[in-house]
Formats: sequence, C-alpha cells, structure tokens
Amino acid sequence: MSHEAALHNHEGHGHDDHGHHEHHDTFLTKYVFSQDHKMIAKQFLITGMVWAVLGGLMSVLFRLQLGYPDASFPWLESILGKWAKGGQITPEAYYALVTTHGTVLVFFVLTAGLSGTFANFLIPLQIGARDMASPFLNMLSYWFFFIASIVMLSSLFVETGPFSGGWTAYPPLSALHDASPGSKTGMDLWIIAMALFVVSSLLGGLNYITTILNMRTKGMSMTRLPLSIWALFFTAVLGVLSFPVLLSGLILLIFDRNFGTSFYLSDIYVNGVGALSNEGGSAILFQHLFWFLGHPEVYIILLPAMGMVSEIMSVNSRKPIFGYMAMLGSLFAIAILAFLVWAHHMFVTGLNPLLGSVFVLLTLLIAVPSAIKVFNWLTTLWRGNIRFTPAMLFAIGFVSLFISGGLTGIWLGNAALDIYLHDSYFVVAHFHIVMGVASMFGMFAGVYHWFPKMYGRYLNNSLGYIHFWITMAGAYLIFWPMHYQGLAGMPRRYFDFSIWESFKQFAELNRFISTVAMIVFATQILFLINFFYSIFKGRKVTVLNPWESNTLEWTTPINPGHGNWPGEIPEVHRWPYDYGKDGHEFIPQTTPVGEDESGTH
Amino acid sequence: MATTQLETNTKIHPYKMLLWVGFGSIVMMFAGLTSAYIVKKSQANWLEFDLPNLFWFSTLVILVSSFTIQMAVKKAKAGEMAQYRGFLSVTAILGLTFIILQIRGFQALELNNVALTGARSNSAGSFLLVIAGLHLLHLVGGVIAIAVISLKALAAKSSTNQVLSVELAASYWHFVDILWIYLFVFLNWVG
Repeated sequence: MSHEAALHNHEGHGHDDHGHHEHHDTFLTKYVFSQDHKMIAKQFLITGMVWAVLGGLMSVLFRLQLGYPDASFPWLESILGKWAKGGQITPEAYYALVTTHGTVLVFFVLTAGLSGTFANFLIPLQIGARDMASPFLNMLSYWFFFIASIVMLSSLFVETGPFSGGWTAYPPLSALHDASPGSKTGMDLWIIAMALFVVSSLLGGLNYITTILNMRTKGMSMTRLPLSIWALFFTAVLGVLSFPVLLSGLILLIFDRNFGTSFYLSDIYVNGVGALSNEGGSAILFQHLFWFLGHPEVYIILLPAMGMVSEIMSVNSRKPIFGYMAMLGSLFAIAILAFLVWAHHMFVTGLNPLLGSVFVLLTLLIAVPSAIKVFNWLTTLWRGNIRFTPAMLFAIGFVSLFISGGLTGIWLGNAALDIYLHDSYFVVAHFHIVMGVASMFGMFAGVYHWFPKMYGRYLNNSLGYIHFWITMAGAYLIFWPMHYQGLAGMPRRYFDFSIWESFKQFAELNRFISTVAMIVFATQILFLINFFYSIFKGRKVTVLNPWESNTLEWTTPINPGHGNWPGEIPEVHRWPYDYGKDGHEFIPQTTPVGEDESGTH
Repeated sequence: MATTQLETNTKIHPYKMLLWVGFGSIVMMFAGLTSAYIVKKSQANWLEFDLPNLFWFSTLVILVSSFTIQMAVKKAKAGEMAQYRGFLSVTAILGLTFIILQIRGFQALELNNVALTGARSNSAGSFLLVIAGLHLLHLVGGVIAIAVISLKALAAKSSTNQVLSVELAASYWHFVDILWIYLFVFLNWVG
C-alpha cells in the first residue's frame, strides 16, 4: 500500500484517547455493556459475523443435499444426529436449514450486521458527534439483538427442530402447531426472536435518524453529509416505518397460534387433525403485512451498501462522486418506491390483475433511480486515478452484481413473466445476486475500508485480494447457472430434484454449484482469519488518514476514545468530495474554503 | 457542497426528536393493523356489533388526562411543586381508570356473546382486542413513566431537573390520547 503515505497528515497520536466523555472503564463497561457507538458497532459486526458463518454453513449443508442427493455422508450424522439419519439430511432438516439460512442472512447478518455495524460506527464519526443521541438506547439496541440471537440459536436445538416453513413464515405453516414439526416450539422461538429483533432495529433506527438530524457538527449541513450517511439515514427511515408493520403481522400470528383467533386461519382440512374450527381467516392478509416490511427490507439491506460503495469509490478513484444530488435524489426515490411495490411478491396470489399492473409499473420505476446510481458509479470511476485496494475491489464488485441482479429484477417485476418464474431458481438467483451477495460485498468493502479506523491496524492485503477474486468468481459461478435452471422450471425449496425426469439434466450442474459454494465458503474462513489475526497482529496504522480521505472520521486519533475527538469537534467547511480540486489531491472537510478556490466542483 | 448555507444544530432536544420519530413507528404499527382490519372486513364472515358504552367513558377519561398532564407540565415549569405533584398523580389515576374501563369494555363484549378469542371468535372481535389491547399496552408504558416521574417529584425539592422528563411524558401521553381517539373513531364508524 503506497497510498498511506499521507501528504497533509499529522503524525497520529496513538494513545491519545482523552475524549470528552472518557471514563475509567472496567472490562464490563468497555467491552460488554458499552455505550460507546464504536464498541457497539464492533459488537454488531462480530455477532453478525458469527451468524454469517452459521448461515453460510447451513447453505453448505443444503447444497450438499442438492448436489449429492443420492450420496450418504456418515460424518453428517455425527454432527446433526437424527437430522441426518444414515448420513443424509432429512427433508425436515433441509427445510429447517433453508428457512433459518434465509431468516438469519436477511435479518441477523444483512440488517443487524450491516446497518447495525456501519450506522453505529460511521454516523457519529462522519457527522462530527461524540456519540449517538441516546447511547443508552443504542446499547439496548445491541442487547435486544443479542437476546434475539440467543433465542433464534436456541430454536436450532429444540426437539422438533427450528421453524421450517420458509423465511417468509406464511400461514398456515406458521400459524398451526400441527402443520409441521418446525411449526411447534421452533416457530414460537422464531416469533419471539423476530419480535426482539424488531425492537432492536427500532431502537437503533430511532437513534440513527435523531443523531443525523440533530447532532451534526458546526458547518455540517445536510448536503455536506457523505453519501454513506445519507444511505444509512434512509435505511433507518425505512426500518422505523416498516418493521412495526411486520410486528403487527406477527402479533396477529401469535393470536392465531395461541388464542384460537381467525386472522389467518380458516376452516381448512389438515391431515391428522381434521377440519379446523377457525372461520374466515385469510392467509393472504399475512402476506400483505409481511411484504409491506419485506420489500423495504430489501432496501434496508441494500442502501447501506450503496452508500458505503459511493464513499469508497470516490476516495479510491481520487475523484468527486459523480452527481451527488442525483445520488441523494435516487436514494430518496428508492426509499419512497420501497413502500409502494410490496405486492409484486404476490402476483400469483390471485391479486386483481389491474392492481397487479399498477404494482408492475411502480416496480419497474425503481429501475430509474437504480440506473442513475449505476451511471454515477461508473462515471465516478471514469478516468479516475483508481487505487485497487480490497475495499475498492469489493465496491466495484458490488456495482457489477447490482447490475447483473438488477437486470433480472426487470424480468421478475413484470407480472406476466413472474407468473411463470415465480418460486423458481430464477428468483433465487435474482435476489441472491442483487440483494444477498451485493450487500455482502458492500459489507466487505466497508470492513476493509474502515478496519484501520476500527482497530488501528490494517488487514492483510494479499489475503484480501484472494478473498475478493474467489468470492467474486464464485458468486457468479453459483448464481448465474441458477437462472437457466429457473427458466427451465426448476422450483425453489425442493428437497431432491433427482426424482423428476425434467430436472435430471441439471444433476451435474447442481453438483458444480454445490462444489463452488463450498469453495467460496472456505474462502470466507480466510477472511475471518485475516480479520481476527489483524485485530491483534496486523500492521499498525501510523498515520491519521491512511486512505487520504476527506471525511471527518479520519481527523480523530488513530484509536479514538469514547467521545471521538480529544479536543473540540472540528468544524466543517465543505462537502466531502473535494478530490483532485484546484490541483489538490484531496481537501478534507475541515479545511476552510480558500479565497481563490473555485466555487463549483 | 461548498456553496450551501451553514446549518447550526436545531433547537429541539435530541430526546424529544427520538420520541417523535418513535411516534412515527408506533403510527405505522397501528396503520398496519387498521389496514388489515379494513381488508378483513371487506371479506366474508364479519360480525357487526356496537362498542359498549364503557369505551365512551374511557375516551372521556383519557381526554381529561391529557389536560391534567399538560397542567403538570405548566406547574413544573412554574416551579409550583405541590400542584405539579397533584396534577401528575391525578393523571396517573386517570390512566389507571382508563386501563380498568378498557378491560371492563372487553369483558362487556364477552358477556354480549362477542367472543374476542377462542374457537367461537370472529376476527371482528379479535381485531378489537388486538388493536385496543396494543394501545392499552402503550398507555401502560405511559402510566409507568408518569409513576416514575411522580416518585422522583415526591423526593425532589424543585422541579427544574424534571421539566424535560415531564415534557417527554406529556408528549407521549398526548400521542397515546390522540392515537386512541383515532382508533375509537375508526372502530366506531370507519371500520
């Protein structure tokens, strides 16, 4: 890394951590019940990483089943016990694995792990605040997440297994104890975990919004905020407005499960139970409530990645972000549209076709702000003096995946096509690329970029490059073929495709996908080793501003204490993207506007 | 951007803003429930029934309590401790009265053969229980907050340190009041 030689930097004062709010912390208040936003961010990150490993491991297990449906792996039985009798994963275990994989990755990794980490870490540092509006609520936010994690984890160990009706938890599988083994205790624990998770996400979101609106340092107007902050702001708004609706849906579900009400259940006939005594409930009602959260949730996952990618791309292209206001406007447009498209998940529920076509139109409208963002990222790169740090590679990888996955969104957003493609591997491929892997890339980019600020040490670059290239190639090798499988009609959530004549042609492809999935998972272990090794043994950061970045977090000491700045909080005089302006490589936000400086950028 | 005008920190206290953003999320929760109510009502199998009079009384009680807590804020600002404590306590008692009236209201419905839960229940009654019940939980939270502030007020010699707390509690209380008015109107006439 040649670019850490800082031109305009002061020598960092590594142990100067006498922030305004520095107390004499015990181990418990510093590392466990910490109210320092930076420590809470690390808690979210590491808990999210634990979940990412577990969720990823689950996908390896069910890919093993899909790739080798006839094989028997005796070691599986020794790990999973009765869930892999005879060395083959049972159908119940398979459904439990895909359900938990989905829930965990969507909520625990890409919501809490992503925006929990970076909203906590970046908001006070980049807007110039000593901490969040309410550090106490912020701490509670983490601990609610932690308890939710414990409850969800414990559902893996109950006798009837974790919930197995899909991460969307549609009734009647979720509403009826007798519907499946996972619908019993596993589902109770799932609901409790999710309710706790909603509380955690609300407490966090309230804090993020208030902090951004209310605690900015002098001179930090809203249009001088880095795009990462804008993205985290809209993310928080989406979360605060949509998670409560999921909670409403879950409360009605609890009543149906435990108090005999008929919100979602009707007099359906259940094998072994007979006709239910419920009357007039509508399972579709749950889908509406679920997807009213579910679709904004997609953007809750995606927007933080978008914001961080914008920031990282500008820094590492040594160019201003192209079209700051357009970037901001498109974030806003996406946030609004996020609330108006939920029924495109429900085209096959017997939705009124006229209503369906309205949702088609609104869904396709999302292509406009998305295309603006892609255009602006590419034009930011255009003729830039690009530094290919691992963070930058992951940011570019994000854009690549966002384009690839976004294009298939145009297919699926059309009701006429979706009726054919619904619940097929095409959908699996689409959302894994555009939301799952793309956001993971945003998260990796963020970790590689801000690791020096988090721990005062660098990650190993070579391992970073290996991690990037294998993951990037792997993402496409895993999910690209799934489009063809989906187009051929291969449905998602099936336990074993080898018994269908029409899908036998994919046996080899499934094996290939599974093999790549395992290689990619193994590569993530490389990242984990890099991460934890570097926390303790990584090369030390010796300059304040290793990436020569303009934003405020790099004006803090190398290892900032609670309170972030030892003295006064710096005043901000300009937007964060003055790169390559008036012959200067970069001009930090704290530099006053010079007299002969050109006004526009 | 370099050319935009400077903004200083806004005047509103961060905790107040936290509370107001929190109102937004509570509103969305009830918007979700009342929307579900409308959807469900338009489908078959909906039981029509009138709300018991008890809910009218509880509405009156909560309206009055909004007035008393506002008086508590006024007295806290003026530093008139005795009256401040008085209005706080009256508000807490009115809150408890509201809780009792709501529960009696649910019981009156059950006595009228409108089952709220269980095998005989219709989702019309269940919705009433869930919506009014969740509102009641939010109000219980307010009563607890007021009780805590009252205890502190009894111990404190002056009210200067309590103005922010009682203002926050009052905002929340008014919010829960207005929320109930909306729900009451909705359950009576709209839904």
